Amino acid sequence: MTPTPASAERTLRRGYVLTVLGLLAVTAVYVLAICYTPVEVRQGPAQKIFYVHAPSAWGALVAFVLVGISSILYLWLHDTRLDLFAASSAEVGIAYSLVMLTTGPIWGKTVWGTWWTWDARLTLTLFLFFLFVGYLALRAALHDRGERARFSAVVGIMGLLLVPFIHLSVYLFRTLHPQPILLKPSSPSLPPEMLRTLMVGMAAFTLLYVGFVTVRYAMAQLADLREGDADAV
Amino acid sequence: MTAPAEAPLLEARGLARSFGALRVLRGVDLAVRAGEMLAVAGPNGAGKTTLLRLLAGLMRPTEGEVWVMGRRLTRSEPEARRGIGLLSHQTFLYDDLTPHENLTFVARLYGLPDPTVAARVALEEVGLAHRAHDPVRQLSRGLLQRAAIARALLHQPSVLLLDEPFTGLDAPSAARFRELLASQLARGRALVLVTHHLAEAWELAGRLAVLVGGRWALEEARPDRLVDFLPRYEALVHG
Amino acid sequence: MGDGIRLALAVAAKDIRLELRSRTALLSAVVFAALVLVVFNFARDPTAISAMDLAPSVLWVTFAFGAVVALNRAFTVERENAALDGMLLAPLPRSALYLGKLLANLVFVFVVEAVTLPLFVLFFNVSLGHAWPGILGVTTLATIGFVSVGTIFSAMVVRTRFAELMLPVLLLPFMVPPLVGAVQCTARLLAGRPLSEMLGWLRLLTLYDIVFVTLCTLAFPAVVDE
Repeated sequence: MTPTPASAERTLRRGYVLTVLGLLAVTAVYVLAICYTPVEVRQGPAQKIFYVHAPSAWGALVAFVLVGISSILYLWLHDTRLDLFAASSAEVGIAYSLVMLTTGPIWGKTVWGTWWTWDARLTLTLFLFFLFVGYLALRAALHDRGERARFSAVVGIMGLLLVPFIHLSVYLFRTLHPQPILLKPSSPSLPPEMLRTLMVGMAAFTLLYVGFVTVRYAMAQLADLREGDADAV
Repeated sequence: MTAPAEAPLLEARGLARSFGALRVLRGVDLAVRAGEMLAVAGPNGAGKTTLLRLLAGLMRPTEGEVWVMGRRLTRSEPEARRGIGLLSHQTFLYDDLTPHENLTFVARLYGLPDPTVAARVALEEVGLAHRAHDPVRQLSRGLLQRAAIARALLHQPSVLLLDEPFTGLDAPSAARFRELLASQLARGRALVLVTHHLAEAWELAGRLAVLVGGRWALEEARPDRLVDFLPRYEALVHG
Repeated sequence: MGDGIRLALAVAAKDIRLELRSRTALLSAVVFAALVLVVFNFARDPTAISAMDLAPSVLWVTFAFGAVVALNRAFTVERENAALDGMLLAPLPRSALYLGKLLANLVFVFVVEAVTLPLFVLFFNVSLGHAWPGILGVTTLATIGFVSVGTIFSAMVVRTRFAELMLPVLLLPFMVPPLVGAVQCTARLLAGRPLSEMLGWLRLLTLYDIVFVTLCTLAFPAVVDE
């Protein structure tokens, strides 16, 4: 049950492999986006940023939900591995949300002339970003291992429950203050090339997420083992 | 003085505590009966404070259980804590409140029937009645100690845990404190005393245990003479 | 159950007595809130934006800042006195400890708000009129929401070095739904709009309170127990 340095190293290697595969997949998405997909009529080439923007938003949300779930499991089972996983997922999640939050305004400014809009997805990802920041800042500020794990687990669970309320707030706000619906694939049925590229994008970013988290998790395990030895001396 | 067949007031079985990969306590058993004191010694970092916190219910064991007066100490049953008292370096007193206010609050925490009366009586018993209504921050170290003792004993705990209580006490205070411990034992309390200096409470201890590296290096009836025991102790600690 | 409430009240009473004795946190929070109001008043251009448009946001931002300052004290006092263990030692259900702290914090934040509101009316020349019971109700709902989360977070950040900085960083995302709801309702109340226009927001506020007070009560043992 207790991880050994050897098993952590194995996980690390696996993680590197997955990460490389993920990066290759992301490169493939870029190629597809630039060469394969058609240019959208109203928005022009800038629309293609969507193939990076949407999957990273998805990745951030997945990362966040997994932080929440492993937080709940940690408080129930007290398995340190769940805590290390949550921390790794949060670090990858904050990176993904930053990607989403930078591509969004670039897209918005290029195509519609506004940097920011309080639409549901951007707003939610912004909140995920702030929640990630709080989560990671708290972890960095706590030196006692047990406290760090427990407290961040509580924050993780509370953050998970905050998400529906953010949704609700945005929904209520928009029904009373109708806003232009931006940053959405405007037609319900995308041309097949767009849909396929989007799917590839989702898969690629998910694969990359798994790779990053695996690497980060293995590194966290190694650090934890080293700390344990150091303390015991 | 105590019947050996009596059920212990405090019991621990297979007590272990880890922090991630770090194992601080590795399987400790103990049993303390009414009117008996267990002295726990050992080098720094051996896990004595962790052990005390586990026994007090302030920390959750990774493995094993603690039983107080036949009730298991778990999160879901706060009542089991009623029998425990702890005297540690922290006084648990609020500086801005008076001893009387502090103890009244504690009495309420423990659901004692007449909180203000219980507080007053406890303060009289430790000789603090004359300063009962001055803020705690104004008390001298000696009086502060007395207030801390009053707080620890207020709810008449059957099990009393003491974390190096003789630290910083001058000889007369230490003697008075030993008398207090003796009277607690006479009332049938079970005591666990964590100490650095075996001489402090040698006579009072019924059992002696030495904690080294998270485990008992020794756990037995207190030997007769301290001078004879000291070489053994050195060997255990530095061996 | 009755025991739990009695214990919570004892904890709350102790905290309130402590604060009255030292008065530091409450005073700083009130002064801070007043300063914020003054700054807002001087900073705005009265000809460009009407007071009524800005008023609800100003009021609630002020309440929020004041609350954060007041909340920081909740567990600092326990740390300073190393007294938390003393309470945890007792047969005190952790939920009673949380509710007691929550109650005390609500009292403190309500005091800050009670002082801030008249100042606000004064500086911004806002007429509350018939809206004041509604504003009181909305204020209560929203305050319960963010104080419930603030109480558990202050228990966590007190163990960190930069507690005063960590608390806002953690807490602000959680303050948004109650704040947005409160601002929207306050704006409508001041404009004399009918209740039907606020129902959605009121439901949000109430639901938030129920969910987070429950969640914080359940999660609190994980924070204070090792």
